[in-house]
Amino acid sequence: MEHRSHPLHGVMGEFETPEQLLSAAKKARDAGYRHVDAYTPFPIEGLAHSIGFRWTAVPLITLIGGVGGGLTGFGLQYWCSAISYPINIAGRPLNSWPAFIPVTFELTVLGAAIFAVVGMLALNKLPEPYHPVFNVERFAAASTDRFFLVIESRDPKFDLAESSRFLQEASAKHVFEVKDEE
Amino acid sequence: MSVIQQPPSHAGMRLDPVLEPGHTYASVTDKIAAVVLTRPIGIGWLAGFALAFAVVNMLFIAIAWLITKGVGIWGINIPIGWGFAIVNFVWWIGIGHAGTLISAILFLLNQKWRTSINRFAEAMTLFAVACAGLFPLIHTGRPWMAYYMFPYPSTMGIWPQFRSPLIWDVFAVSTYGTVSLLFWFVGLLPDLATLRDRAKQRYQQVIYGILSMGWRNSARHWHRYQSAYLLLAGLATPLVLSVHTVVSFDFAVAIVPGWHTTIFPPYFVAGAIYSGFAMVLTLAIPLRKAYGLEDFITMRHLDNMAKVMLATGLIVAYGYFVEFFMAFYSGNKFDVFLAEQRLHGPYSHFYFALILCNIITPQLLWFQKVRRNTFALFVMSLIINTGMWLERFVIVVISLTRDFMPSAWGRYSATFWDYATLVGTLGLFVMLIFLFVRGLPAIAIAEMRELVHESDAKGHE
Repeated sequence: MEHRSHPLHGVMGEFETPEQLLSAAKKARDAGYRHVDAYTPFPIEGLAHSIGFRWTAVPLITLIGGVGGGLTGFGLQYWCSAISYPINIAGRPLNSWPAFIPVTFELTVLGAAIFAVVGMLALNKLPEPYHPVFNVERFAAASTDRFFLVIESRDPKFDLAESSRFLQEASAKHVFEVKDEE
Repeated sequence: MSVIQQPPSHAGMRLDPVLEPGHTYASVTDKIAAVVLTRPIGIGWLAGFALAFAVVNMLFIAIAWLITKGVGIWGINIPIGWGFAIVNFVWWIGIGHAGTLISAILFLLNQKWRTSINRFAEAMTLFAVACAGLFPLIHTGRPWMAYYMFPYPSTMGIWPQFRSPLIWDVFAVSTYGTVSLLFWFVGLLPDLATLRDRAKQRYQQVIYGILSMGWRNSARHWHRYQSAYLLLAGLATPLVLSVHTVVSFDFAVAIVPGWHTTIFPPYFVAGAIYSGFAMVLTLAIPLRKAYGLEDFITMRHLDNMAKVMLATGLIVAYGYFVEFFMAFYSGNKFDVFLAEQRLHGPYSHFYFALILCNIITPQLLWFQKVRRNTFALFVMSLIINTGMWLERFVIVVISLTRDFMPSAWGRYSATFWDYATLVGTLGLFVMLIFLFVRGLPAIAIAEMRELVHESDAKGHE
């Protein structure tokens, strides 16, 4: 049977402290790498920025959800009370908007919260049960006390030997090849 | 010999650490994850769970009997159409509020001490909302008709009355439950991944693997995650204030004496936080003891929570005072009469018990000795929870038994089934807490690692 080599996802460097990882990430950026990701057991300030990730659409999506929820809430009440089934009670206004505020508010919050969470998951492309980084056995420590930097093979500057050496020089304790076995 | 050689160590000025020193990323992760993954199920857990489960069965029987016979098995009758069901509903929903306060408001205020208590406080919120939500469902006697409260296009062509606080309540409580669940799940996501990575058993790997959705701790993911978490905290903050405000509208919008007052929204919210912190203490004190989590839930946490209880307790006391003051200041004879009924009426012993539980006893919290004594705090938290239940009983029952016309006066006493349902929800709550403690990390692991990082950074300065 013909030997079929797995495509390479990238090279992964393991670091012991967040500071080492942060400086390595900055060096990678300075060296011209553009497809880099870092994996850390807790969020590290400035890390996303130093791998070139600045803007997230989560707040905008949340705003859209909130505005949509609020409009739905008020629209629903207005339509039910003033259009679909208007009841004249001693000439009181059908569009009694102050009484519609609580439900409008609740649906604003509900819409914004659902959009925030679903938006965050969707932008992160979760759920995603398989990812090449999980093929590296040591990677389980990314959820305990180790910090990882991956230079991905789709980076135009990627070169297995060169990029591995780069990570070693950036004080990575171990360097692994990340195979994509799918 | 100089007198001022060393500044005297003020016991009162010393602050306990939020996290005991000497912990590393791995040690906090190991300790919290081990409770879920490797620790064998002890006899204490089994006994507690079995007891709670037995009580839940009593709840099921009580509900089954209620559905068979109708709400007549309860002590309610005209004029007291709202009995234990609404008392318990308001009590449970209030307890939930501390969880959201800890996870959202203290997060926005950057209070580091919230980290080790937010996870189980949020779980407490969810379970308390679940217990609370049961009452509006079953108090109709026909829970399968509960969907009537939602606006859906029915063949009758009618819609809910959107000008009614009871409909506002449906939206407020269902939104609150949903947002609390989302907030909790988002907080859990990295910890579920931690459990997945550490799990040795196949079934654990599969379960936590599915729940963690493939979270891989990527910096990009963390960035969006933090953004979403902050927004959720910002959304949950006004939400939690609105929920008990809307619950208080159930009373305040009505014209019944003792209910029709503008102090209700703020004092209901304060009371909710008061009872909620009491419940967090009721849970935290045995939890830290049983699972050896004293390093994470330190005396600092207990002390701070006791201070929050003291502060919110004083707001509640102010609320009681204003109720009386406004009754006499307004000169409205129905309000004056109701105030007198609280002191001298047939339910005055409930009122005095309430004052004793909610105002007098908690004044002991001014003393540091009491705040640093876990047993005293535990007892205090039970007393306050009892007091807050009595508060809702006093509000509901005294006003309904003594409204405008003497011909409409009545008496109320709860039946066995009322008590069975109340105790049953306590069992449900405890059972869910027991399952939670063994199934999910009771302390937010990723946030604890962040705390270790921050304490390290502070140490290096």
